[in-house]
Amino acid sequence: MGLAIVLALLVAPEDADQGVSQRIFYIHVPIALTAYFCFGLGAWKALLLLWRGEERYDLESYVAIHQGTIFGVLTLVTGSIWAKASWGHWWLWSEDQLVLFLVLFLFYCAYFMLRFSLEEGPRRARSSAVYALFGVVLIPVSFLAIRLAEGLIHPTVFTREGPQMSGSMFATFCVSWAAVTLLAYVLYRVELVGKRLDADLRELREALR
Amino acid sequence: MIRARGLEKRYGRRRVLGGIDLDLPRDGFLVVTGANGSGKTTLLRLLTGLAAPTRGTLEVDVDRGGIGLLAHEPLVYRELTGMENLDLFGRLYRVAERRERIGMLLERYGLWEARSERVASYSRGMAQRLALCRTLLHEPELLVLDEPYASLDEVGAGLLDHELSELAGRRTLVVATHDPSRLASLATTRLALG
Amino acid sequence: MTYLADVAALARKDLKVELRARDTLPAMLLFVLSTLVIFHFALPADTGDDAAYGLLWVAIVFTALLGLARAWVPEHEHGVLDALVLAPCDRSAIWLGKTLATLAFLLAAQVVALPAFALFFAPLSATALVAVVLVDIGICAVGSLLAAMAAAGRARELLLPLLLLPLAIPLVVGGVGAAVSPEGERYLLLLALYDGVFAVLSWASFEYVVTE
Repeated sequence: MGLAIVLALLVAPEDADQGVSQRIFYIHVPIALTAYFCFGLGAWKALLLLWRGEERYDLESYVAIHQGTIFGVLTLVTGSIWAKASWGHWWLWSEDQLVLFLVLFLFYCAYFMLRFSLEEGPRRARSSAVYALFGVVLIPVSFLAIRLAEGLIHPTVFTREGPQMSGSMFATFCVSWAAVTLLAYVLYRVELVGKRLDADLRELREALR
Repeated sequence: MIRARGLEKRYGRRRVLGGIDLDLPRDGFLVVTGANGSGKTTLLRLLTGLAAPTRGTLEVDVDRGGIGLLAHEPLVYRELTGMENLDLFGRLYRVAERRERIGMLLERYGLWEARSERVASYSRGMAQRLALCRTLLHEPELLVLDEPYASLDEVGAGLLDHELSELAGRRTLVVATHDPSRLASLATTRLALG
Repeated sequence: MTYLADVAALARKDLKVELRARDTLPAMLLFVLSTLVIFHFALPADTGDDAAYGLLWVAIVFTALLGLARAWVPEHEHGVLDALVLAPCDRSAIWLGKTLATLAFLLAAQVVALPAFALFFAPLSATALVAVVLVDIGICAVGSLLAAMAAAGRARELLLPLLLLPLAIPLVVGGVGAAVSPEGERYLLLLALYDGVFAVLSWASFEYVVTE
């Protein structure tokens, strides 16, 4: 992670028309992609829960979505900083990605409210799983809706001809992306282990009672 | 008909039912006793398939259409009449000669006069009698009754006694009750929880 | 075709229950009319029609929420849902019956609300009307499922709007676009896509929400 930050701030050449704000880009986009990935993972685990019925998938789905939400918030924050640096406003409705993440943030916050309001057990696991699946389907549908609703200003990074970045910029981007993904993976495992430990402890306590 | 090994049910960290072994042959009569909170209702829900076990195995040799449940709540619509309620469930259970069967049950359980009145106007005892009609409507192979005498009035209790003695030996019955003495003569198997 | 027969029986039941209880539909009607009046006072004098069209969809979404909040109440009153789940019919039929009934109520409320809107604010094009129907379908389909989810927990009246509103955003976009934009058909396609995808998803996943 540290390497990525160093690269982003010092090594990569400045983008001709965006200047220093370009640096944020190296963090912002990987974070956004990681958030998508986490939501996707959460939905996949959810599907496995409904399909195979094993309890552990519930926890894995929950942790993945939790991570996704954290990265989602970071996306909003970094995106906001970028917006301020590039266009002078902290928030822009014309920024499709930003608006999409806002909608997803609201959606996944409701996910946690759902879990909070239901009692632990198969009912909660299944409802959460179904909701997680809805979330992942919402992503493209929302995106389409937002696209239709506003103009397109957010610079497309990967056009059909290939990434619109020079060689060293692309390299920096990839390092950054790898670093963020690794961070997310580590956080995911740590949280998962922590929660599993919690659950095991509780079971032991119950058994001893 | 029913076979359970190490049956366990927990909701998150709360263990509600633990390590039950059970064997009930077809046309057997199982009486389940236990204090409040010992898991009687949970066990019955597991047997009907409304809940799934957390651990252990459970085999119930009858499909959904052959199960009848009489629960604490009457499980009928307040705003519909007795007739309409039974008609709805008759359709859902694909009961043959629906009209006749409904009429017969309503008469037998003393609800014929009240058949066109909304359940909201029924007394608790009447509603539970209607629930009994609903349970028996599709002639289920497996009858599960959760503390049936608790909310039946005297008339209903008498009718239920009669019904149970008729059905014992011809259908598989599971009854959870506080008052096992009432069914002592009919029970083939007993299970005490808690 | 017993599946459809089941759905019909269940939907009929819902209509009967509402006809007798008579609490949800009048409330929805009154709510939507009051909302429209409030909107009149909420909009500054020189706002164009477009703002009014936007608010129409807000009114529709919140009216639907009102109806959906009460949708599963009859099933929970005497624990009837257990009896339905226990029945040999397909669980998705329960969802479909409920969705169709809720849809009927929403459309009934709109039969009064839409002319009122046209009277108070601005006329509605054919595209907008098609959009209304599509939005109704989407909201009822997803809302029925979410309402069933929320009903199992505590604070269910609070939970349903939280769950539904983010999912309603594409519908609002579609609706406003259809009413306002010259390329209204695009938005109708968006709505159709939403309906198709989410209705199927709701239909398929209802089973998992009501069973353990």
